[in-house]
Parts: sequence; C-alpha cells; structure tokens
Amino acid sequence: MAGPQMIMFDQEFKQISAIIERLNHEANAKVCYLVDKNGQLIASAGETAGIDSTSLASLTAGNIAATSGLAKLLGENEFSIVFHEGQRDNIHISLVGQRVILVVIFDSRTSLGLVRLKVRKISNELADIFNSLAQKAQSSGSQKTPFEEITDQDIDKLFSD
Amino acid sequence: MSFINWASREINCKIVYYGPGLCGKTTNLQYIYKKTKPEAKGKMISLATETERTLFFDFLPLSLGDIRGFKTRFHLYTVPGQVFYDASRKLILKGVDGIVFVADSQEERIDANMESFENLKHNLIEQGYNLDQIPYVIQYNKRDLPNVVNTPELRRMLNQKNVPDFEAVASSGQGVFETLKAIAKQVLVELKKGK
Repeated sequence: MAGPQMIMFDQEFKQISAIIERLNHEANAKVCYLVDKNGQLIASAGETAGIDSTSLASLTAGNIAATSGLAKLLGENEFSIVFHEGQRDNIHISLVGQRVILVVIFDSRTSLGLVRLKVRKISNELADIFNSLAQKAQSSGSQKTPFEEITDQDIDKLFSD
Repeated sequence: MSFINWASREINCKIVYYGPGLCGKTTNLQYIYKKTKPEAKGKMISLATETERTLFFDFLPLSLGDIRGFKTRFHLYTVPGQVFYDASRKLILKGVDGIVFVADSQEERIDANMESFENLKHNLIEQGYNLDQIPYVIQYNKRDLPNVVNTPELRRMLNQKNVPDFEAVASSGQGVFETLKAIAKQVLVELKKGK
C-alpha cells in the first residue's frame, strides 16, 4: 500500500479535539472539522448537529484534491486555502501540514480575517501532533493492530444477513 | 489507506468502483443504497452532470457492524468512467483500500473495458500503488443484455490473476452484494495481515 495507515490514539485524539474546540471558540465560528485527505472525519467541534459530517468530510476532501490538481496544473505546489462565501454561512478550508484538512464554518458573528488568523495560529500546533502521530504509528508498526486477532469467522459474521 | 481510530473505536476503509463509461458503477452504488437498512448507511452523494453522467464521484458511506468492538465503516466511491475525466479518476484513487472493476459485458465494449483496466493499472502506479498488491475483484455487468461476451472469454481478457469475479445485472441487483462482500472481505483480510 502507498503510505502507512492513519492511526489515531486516545491521547492525540483528546489533544486534537481540545485544539479545535479552542479554535471554534476563539474564531467565534459555528463549527470546525478536521478531515483526513482521503475524506475521513477525524474530529469536530461546535454546532455539529444538523450537518451530515460524513458527507461534508468526503466533499471537502474531493474539493481539496481537485484544488491541488489545479495547483499542479499551474506549476504551484499547493493552494493551501479554499474559501467559499455564502449568503448566510461561509466555509474556510485549509491544509494542515500536507496531511489533514481543517474546515471552519462561520457566519456574520465573526470575520474572515479573524478566522484566517486563528486558523494560521492553530495549524502549527495541529501539524506537530500529526507529525508525532505519524511517527508513533510507524514505530508501533510491529505492535498489534486491532485486526491481527480477527478470524475469518469474525469477518463472515459481518455478512450474515 | 485505512483509518484506525482507537479513540472512537472505528475503522474506515475506502473502496473504489472503477470501469469504463456507462458500465454501471453508479448503478451498483444506487442498488446498495436502496437495499441497505437506513441505520447502516449515510447519504449517497452523486456529483453528476445534468444528464446524470458522473462528473467527479459518487459517494456512499456504509456501516457493516462491529468486529471485536471496532465499528467497521466502508466508504464506497465511483470514478467518472469517461476517458477524458482521467485527472478526476486519479484523485479518487488516493487512499484506496480495495477496488471493484466493473466491466461492461457487451461485445462492443470490450475495447473500452481493456482500455479502462490498463488505465486503472497506470493510475495506480502513478499514485504509488500496484494492482498486484491491492485487493480487487471484478464484476462482469449487464449479463441480461443479448449481445454479451461469454464469461470465460471476459475472464481470459480481464482476470489473468484469477481474483474473485462475479456476473451481475446491477440494475436489478444481481451480483451487486456478492461483489461488495467479496471486496470488503478482502480488504479486512488485508488489514488483518497488517498492511
């Protein structure tokens, strides 16, 4: 497989959740999401009820993938920020450390400037955690994954309708 | 690239349906969506043109249940099959854990199948994968049409590696879940091996 699996551990999950909670609060945003580049939701904070977070994660990743395809066409390394302005809500999408996508949804209670400022400040913190997570996942490569012990029966059981 | 979340005890895998234009990739997902219990599925998203041709991708999140206390989730994607959407196909292959190659069994689509299969191999290599190392299955779709090539012949052309393969009529559901189960199982077995 290309690249190692992403593995999230309890400790880092708590740290990441705390950081995006803080971002949501400090930027006065409605909701913040952290999504991996393949479209899987990692964490969220704020008014998540009423938003289909799985779909949001997949579409965001598609959006970032298409944007980075455009960047490469133009000889740019990456367009690291995408911003969409709506009548009521706006969405600010940015790449963190080339690994994950930070999504901030906000309305007129705050401003794009404040969101950008807070996102930039917090991105380094998040990037550090994801770097150490990647190292931890690699060094724990020899340790057991939850799937090492599964049996063929366990798998078959999933499909017994 | 699967995502194992110890904090929420979830495992997420990505399966991509690949194949030539109009072979029935979206139809496979639509049937799965229609026949899956509401609590086991999320919303199906189709980014399509006005004429319902896939423009970027279709997406369907499925929850298969628990294995040893871990929720297993599969994210199903289709690629746009039309030749000129190659840039989009490459993007969707990123992070893939398993592939379903949907072939159109009709005689006049044989060349399109072969071209798409070669395109899959090529695009995987570009993304740093290799079809020899990634779980995949093949589906021979549209078996109900009159002008189909017989399955042994299709197998000879597309399935030289002898991976699991299935005859299907995606519009009526024949073979759809068999295909999905086979790829999901292969992906889980691969995870069990530990990368």
